[in-house]
Amino acid sequence: MNEAPNLSYIKELSAGSEEFEEKIIGLLKREFPEEKNEFLNNYNSSVFKAAAENVHKLKHKIGMLGFEDGYQTTIAFEEGLLKGEYSLFSKFMLILDSIDEFLKNL
Amino acid sequence: MNCIIIDDEEAARLIIGQLCTQVDDLDVIEEFPNAIQAIKFLNKESIDLIFLDIHMPDFTGFDFIQTLKNPPKIILTTSDKNFALEAFEYECIVDYLIKPVTLPRFLKAIQKAESTPALDVSASPSSTGEVKGTSSEENDLYINIDRRLIKIDIPTINVIEAKGDYILIKTEKQNYTVHSTLKKIEEKLPEDVFLKVHRSYVINFKKIIDIEDNSVLIAKDVIPVSRSKRPELMRRLNLL
Repeated sequence: MNEAPNLSYIKELSAGSEEFEEKIIGLLKREFPEEKNEFLNNYNSSVFKAAAENVHKLKHKIGMLGFEDGYQTTIAFEEGLLKGEYSLFSKFMLILDSIDEFLKNL
Repeated sequence: MNCIIIDDEEAARLIIGQLCTQVDDLDVIEEFPNAIQAIKFLNKESIDLIFLDIHMPDFTGFDFIQTLKNPPKIILTTSDKNFALEAFEYECIVDYLIKPVTLPRFLKAIQKAESTPALDVSASPSSTGEVKGTSSEENDLYINIDRRLIKIDIPTINVIEAKGDYILIKTEKQNYTVHSTLKKIEEKLPEDVFLKVHRSYVINFKKIIDIEDNSVLIAKDVIPVSRSKRPELMRRLNLL
């Protein structure tokens, strides 16, 4: 994976507002691990429709953290889950794990 | 312009709210995590623009638009490009933003909204989106069950029965249990067709099969008629 999570989008959006940055980063730190766990629970229980819903929610956060190829992978994985195609799971997990690590260190 | 934001995702509401701060004369009046709350708000308030998420649990953005009789301008916000074609079927939708929304793209959408004339203002004095279908002439009644608005064709209603805090609406095809009162639903029904014949029953007068002593038969239900309501029932009958 060539991409790494970053705050460029959030910084650009904030236009210097520290309050906004704190709010959105706080939200990501709180929601992302929960949403990742919910996805893994559903995926590991083979509840793929619910897992696709989780991926749909995670997709926005992945985009917010600067992933472009990763965003496309997420779109393809979400569609795949609904069709019974799971080959992008490992690639998707690499994205999630890198975000997890990134948020822990913010 | 004033606007509201409807999105089940808190981060998305925060982002659109932040983008709105970078536009002069664009005020966010309220934010809603679901469409049902927004519908209630729109029944009371007039707004110019809605930022609307499509992909929401229980009640989608498109479901929401269909409840608006005179919709204000709408900018869709979504993570899914697949809805673009459907979006263009709605005149009120002025633009379609893919998340994560960037400032330049957002500003372009605002420009489009500003340059688009208000829709169908003649039908209503304001651009308020009101919940449609509660007037008798339209024959539609929307009921809220498990956060979904379900349309009932009023002439198909046979009888409505009070059940504590709920009412049971019996139609030709199906029965619905709704958290409401007989008084509230009576106000939404045409007086010339519906009649309260008992403290627990409102009937569709046109569905009466026969009347016997203190009861009427509608479909397979025998409905009691109060002594005090009987004169009104008899007065309405076209007796030979």
